Amino acid sequence: MAEREGRKSPGAEGAHGHSQVQGDDLSCRPVARPKSNIPFDPKSLISARGLGISRNGRDLLIDVDLDIREGEIVTLIGPNGAGKTTLVRVLLGLEKPDRGEVHRRKDLRIGYVPQRFDVDSVIPLTVERFLRIGGNETHERITTILSGVDASYTRDQQLTELSGGELQRVVLARALLRAPNLLVLDEPVQGVDYTGEAELYNLIGRLRDNHGFGVLLVSHDLHIVMAKSDRVICLNRHVCCSGVPDTVAQHPAYVRLFGAQAARALAVYRHHHDHSHDIAGHTHPAQDSAGEDPGAQGGSRA
Amino acid sequence: MLEPFMVRALVAGLGLAIVAAPLGCFVVWQRMAYFGETVAQAGLIGVALGLALQMNLTLGVMLIAILIACLLLWFSRQKAVALDSILGLLHHAALAAGVIAVSMIGGPPVDLMGFLFGDVFAIAREDIVWIFAGGAVVLAVVAWLWQPLLRLAIHEELAAAEGVDRDRVLAVFTILLAVVIAVAMKIVGILLVMAFLVVPAVAARPLAGTPERMVVLTALIAVGSVISGLWLSATLDSPGGPSIVIVMSIVAGISLTRAALKGRQ
Repeated sequence: MAEREGRKSPGAEGAHGHSQVQGDDLSCRPVARPKSNIPFDPKSLISARGLGISRNGRDLLIDVDLDIREGEIVTLIGPNGAGKTTLVRVLLGLEKPDRGEVHRRKDLRIGYVPQRFDVDSVIPLTVERFLRIGGNETHERITTILSGVDASYTRDQQLTELSGGELQRVVLARALLRAPNLLVLDEPVQGVDYTGEAELYNLIGRLRDNHGFGVLLVSHDLHIVMAKSDRVICLNRHVCCSGVPDTVAQHPAYVRLFGAQAARALAVYRHHHDHSHDIAGHTHPAQDSAGEDPGAQGGSRA
Repeated sequence: MLEPFMVRALVAGLGLAIVAAPLGCFVVWQRMAYFGETVAQAGLIGVALGLALQMNLTLGVMLIAILIACLLLWFSRQKAVALDSILGLLHHAALAAGVIAVSMIGGPPVDLMGFLFGDVFAIAREDIVWIFAGGAVVLAVVAWLWQPLLRLAIHEELAAAEGVDRDRVLAVFTILLAVVIAVAMKIVGILLVMAFLVVPAVAARPLAGTPERMVVLTALIAVGSVISGLWLSATLDSPGGPSIVIVMSIVAGISLTRAALKGRQ
């Protein structure tokens, strides 16, 4: 906990502490709505305030605040249709918000690993060429980055010959070649079992430790998250709650469930909401503030 | 030996084969065949426009093709209806409108079949100038846009996130496509022009390991098909454009069969 606190800037902590995790708080706190006017955090790599998007009369995002700082791993969870991908698109600058603003630090370089990467079998391309396109990379740098994601052996293979996991690591390598200070991964563990998920989380954690970049990791798993997450944000069009995950490596039941290796990389996130969502997505105050899970119906694993 | 009209047909066909290769590959990668088909069939409206205003027909087709292409690109930005459905509707409507427009233009009777399937043996010197001048411009722009085009073909979202201006690159490409369609009309006609672009690229795909090699192979297959198609046409007295497309299709059929057999092992 001390290490995590150390990474935060004390000034920013005071400025909008109510949406941030406090040291002794393992749960999360309800976010005040409607949004107050929290100032932008100048230390943040990327800082969003009051983001709102509506499409065809439907609200996709309502008053979303988000900060990601250097070296910080932020896990964004939420049920399907919660607006996670929309939020990512706004942060990447691919979509303009109808309301609110995004501030990007001047030196922000985002490495992006998109949600689905079905390489069209129609375009013939080797891994090496894929990594080179649009950049000016040396042979050595590609070697280093590829071995960093345990994919050196794929170098001369066609993209279409790779397995799902290999392809993902190669796309990750392309993101790393940009020397990002923020890595954005959209649902990288979709359709992966817990062992695969733990391996990827270990890899991301290791890369973060080596490179020191911030990470925004999107997942639709509402309960099992990356153990190294500094912060978990639960989104259901608005920010439902945010907090830190509970480590599970010490709990024998989880160790049995995931295996000893995986249990170290995974953690449980407990939701504490002051409201519930009905099937149409409207919010209702909850009787018990520690009760409802907003997306139990959408949270199951594919 | 070779009649002058035969030489002109060869020169025009070979020029088009080379210009069309990179565009055909990108159409295949980006799955834009249907898009191109709609733009091509709208070209007939351009013929009518050219006849009505007594302007150069290639220019008329080019203008209409660019207009329709930009309109379609703009449609593709909305998400309510899939572009494919819109194209399915529009390419028939465009053809129907074109046939009506051409038939209603007064003056001397026009050779509708010539516009639909091309008349490669009626190519004039002036048409060859169009093909080579237009082709040089198209190839120069494609070379300049090659990297962003490739990145869009690999993954649009990733390319956009990395800073490729999707809308602008696609708009320029679409204009190039419209230009090639217009120029190709005299050779293979508006009904077969997309086949001229797409079929050699499809044939080349299983044989290529890099995007650039696929373009070169596409050009080679198209060149070979033009030569043998025209020879076939002269020997059997069959229409030129369709003969070229048939040869291309046979090559594609062989290439795909070979790939399918390989894939089963």
